[in-house]
Amino acid sequence: MTDAVLGGTGTALINILLLAILFVVAIAIARLRSLFAIVMLSGVYSLVSAAWYILVDAVDVGFTEAAVGAGMSTAVLLGAMLLTARTAKPEKPFSRLGPFIVCLAVGVMLIYATIDLPALGDPTSPANAGVGLTFLQVNWYDTGVPNVVTSVLASYRGFDTLGETAVVFTAGLAVALLLGFGERSLAETLRRSPQPETRPPSVPRDGDAT
Amino acid sequence: MTLAALFAVLVGMCLLLVRALLGPTLYDRVLAVNSFGTKTVLLLGLLGFVMGRPDFLDIAILYTLINFVSTIAVLKFFRYRSFQVPLARRGDGISNGGDN
Repeated sequence: MTDAVLGGTGTALINILLLAILFVVAIAIARLRSLFAIVMLSGVYSLVSAAWYILVDAVDVGFTEAAVGAGMSTAVLLGAMLLTARTAKPEKPFSRLGPFIVCLAVGVMLIYATIDLPALGDPTSPANAGVGLTFLQVNWYDTGVPNVVTSVLASYRGFDTLGETAVVFTAGLAVALLLGFGERSLAETLRRSPQPETRPPSVPRDGDAT
Repeated sequence: MTLAALFAVLVGMCLLLVRALLGPTLYDRVLAVNSFGTKTVLLLGLLGFVMGRPDFLDIAILYTLINFVSTIAVLKFFRYRSFQVPLARRGDGISNGGDN
């Protein structure tokens, strides 16, 4: 079983590769000007990060990221693109100096605030003592899930999570019933344009790809 | 062997990422992102076997369903420039050229 022997270094390499892909995609999203490419790349970002969550055994977070990020958010962003231009305007070099200073100040304050936090893995911190220690000890024998957060969310608090899901689903269903779908939707009634543009797009080229 | 397949899928993901970044036309990007979703599903399926937990296969199948939603949304965006057109149109006389 060479797979079992190579598992440790192999998993580390896969982690590094996935994080490198995430980094490249994030830089590309920040640099591109074509909005459609940005929407597509954000879908790629969500898929890769969902796969990475699965790799670190946070299965519930991976599910949420895939459903919301890759599934719904792509559709919502495309719907927003219908209402706006196709490309973003290039920024002037120093037009964002004020927000940059605000970001920098908030970042420095947050880093200053982390000095008071207990160190990573500190056994005497409140999160690791008391109830947290109990869960860390009994988790593997109870559920067999390596990630304690996932086991608490999906196993110990399983019914609670199921109820939350039912509430969110009911709320979404009510909104969908109120607004409607397709040709009977509220937006379509307001717009009064029953003839959709059905000819294929002529030249779907976004020039500033590089 | 499974690990080698896993790295082959990862290399394929990198190549698709290059195509999604450089793609001159929009259709290149759509095809690259759709294939990227498929590659993610394959990656999850292989990961389950490498990490000794084949339960990940169910998660991979669910990712396929989620990937299908966004692909349908993108294609509908290209076809109609609107999300308010039903996919199954009733016979109301509006010709939608080329649909079967």
